[in-house]
Amino acid sequence: MSKVATQNAKTPLIQGENLWKSYEAGAIPVLNGVDLSVDAGETVALCGPSGCGKSTLLHLLGSLDEPTRGRVLLNGRELKRSSERRNALRHEVGFVFQLHNLLPDLTLEENCLIPSIAAGISRRDALVRFEQLAGRTGLIHRRAQKIQKLSGGERQRTALCRALMNRPALLLADEPTGSLDEKTSAQVFELLMELVATEGITLVMATHDRALAAKCRRLSEMHEGRLYV
Amino acid sequence: MIFLKLIYTNLRRHRIRTFITLAGIAFSVAAMLTVVTILQGAVGMFSSLLSAGSEMVVFEKNISDLFFSSVPDQAVKDISTWPMVKKANPVLFGIVSSAGHPLITCFGIDSDDARLKQATWLSGSAEKFNTTDSIVLGERAAEFLNAQTGEEVAIGHGKFHVTGVLRTRNGFEDGGVFMPLTEAQEFFHKQGIASVMTIKLNDKNQHGAFKERVKAAYPELIALEDEEFNRSYSQFKILKATAWAVGACGMLLGGLGIANTMIMSVFTRIREIAILRVNGFSNSQIAAVILGEAALVAMVGAVVGLLIGFVAIFALKHTPALHGYVDATVDAPIIAIILFVTCVTGVLGALYPAGYAMRVRPVEALRFE
Ligand SMILES: Nc1ncnc2c1ncn2[C@@H]1O[C@H](COP(=O)(O)OP(=O)(O)OP(=O)(O)O)[C@@H](O)[C@H]1O
Ligand SMILES: [Mg+2]
Repeated sequence: MSKVATQNAKTPLIQGENLWKSYEAGAIPVLNGVDLSVDAGETVALCGPSGCGKSTLLHLLGSLDEPTRGRVLLNGRELKRSSERRNALRHEVGFVFQLHNLLPDLTLEENCLIPSIAAGISRRDALVRFEQLAGRTGLIHRRAQKIQKLSGGERQRTALCRALMNRPALLLADEPTGSLDEKTSAQVFELLMELVATEGITLVMATHDRALAAKCRRLSEMHEGRLYV
Repeated sequence: MIFLKLIYTNLRRHRIRTFITLAGIAFSVAAMLTVVTILQGAVGMFSSLLSAGSEMVVFEKNISDLFFSSVPDQAVKDISTWPMVKKANPVLFGIVSSAGHPLITCFGIDSDDARLKQATWLSGSAEKFNTTDSIVLGERAAEFLNAQTGEEVAIGHGKFHVTGVLRTRNGFEDGGVFMPLTEAQEFFHKQGIASVMTIKLNDKNQHGAFKERVKAAYPELIALEDEEFNRSYSQFKILKATAWAVGACGMLLGGLGIANTMIMSVFTRIREIAILRVNGFSNSQIAAVILGEAALVAMVGAVVGLLIGFVAIFALKHTPALHGYVDATVDAPIIAIILFVTCVTGVLGALYPAGYAMRVRPVEALRFE
């Protein structure tokens, strides 16, 4: 597999090679040899029944977790050290989850600034970027609101802004609209796809929603820890 | 800013817990400040009591308490004739009691003792000091014995004529009584003996020579400069050690309080920590949030504690029953040490919680709820 990669003139942005993941010392196998290669600019939907390992795969790709076997390459490089993985989280990868995972005591704006604080980006630059994103997602007038006062759609859009703050090349979305009603879900997804397109971001998204999945360029089916393209 | 807000909002979210931790630290700090300051004041008072008009003190070697030290009259007489000695004064310490006042310090001294000269005489004079059965009272002793110059006062098994009342700057002396040495020797059945001898030399450079000579002539005695004495006197050492030990226990409790709070804090924030992680926070940034919270609690607690301590010391100083005994001037170094120790305690208490926070695995933490 790695041979194929090196033969290709263009290195894929993110690659999973023969990924295995199990819990409880192998008693709970979750991923059973997943191979996935995504080029820059692609949008990929992962579909499959609940429990088939979609989230697990996304976590591995985003180096939030480590595979039991196999390896993950970002821009053709394996991230071995924890500092490399952290830097990937800071600059290369953005996450959006089903639950917004925003900090409830902070305002919308403060939540969005968290990644730039982590990465040591100046407040001024961070604010410029925030205003740009908040403007595009229609959140700018809500910037001083506490998270509790935001609607579900607004929260999810805030999470999207936060994920894109440090201009990642890769956005990993785990059922990003799964907690929303159909109409809001469609709106948020629309926005997500728009941002992905204008910013040239590569998207890998887990979803149950076939209609949303159909809007991605590629669709991969997962079943019992295996990926079927 | 947001960093501070992460710390601050967590403290505010758990107001009662924060308050209890703060109170724990504050009381530890207050206890430490009060105990250390008061004991240092007492030590200072006691050493100034010895050093009145002198620069060295001679006492019995290997004695842990000056009340049990014996310096023979004949040694005093001899040493005072040494050419390098300007003045040698014997002092016999004793404890006497009178109705309702079980502990009154008694000083048996010569009539030419600097103590009598340096004091402000409120009534009477030093002239009649050597007459038999005469006694001079410290101002506060005169107050609580309800006696005035010219009156008779019953102390212990004797009756004495009050020949004067004097005011000194020292709480022990103000609350004590002064007797002529021979009278005190008789009263305490210590004929021919003083507790210590205070020495003033003609030339300050002769301290070493004087020590050597005492060592040679009286192997059972030892001469120390006042400074040296303060450092080496075991009673002072015990007092100081006690003060710092009490303080350290207080701080330990405060530190455990912080540790407990921070562990709770980390446990209730696992999700928040995981979120920070996913957004690129490093181990040290996570630790900084936790340690920062502990340090903030510790510092605010310390400041509140110092305020409580100041109030307590002020109150003790102005309690009539303790008047003069509490010579508590708060030293800047003590405050610095306490602040430093509090900060270190806070950070130490937060080390384990911070380590725990660093080990939070974001995937698992975010899977639930
Ligand atoms: N820490 C863990 N310990 C044990 N089992 C785990 C752990 N994490 C995940 N699993 C199991 O791994 C399997 C795959 O989980 P995963 O979340 O990847 O599925 P999914 O495809 O995202 O499902 P869903 O569509 O419901 O989100 C599940 O059966 C889950 O119970
Ligand atoms: Mg999932």
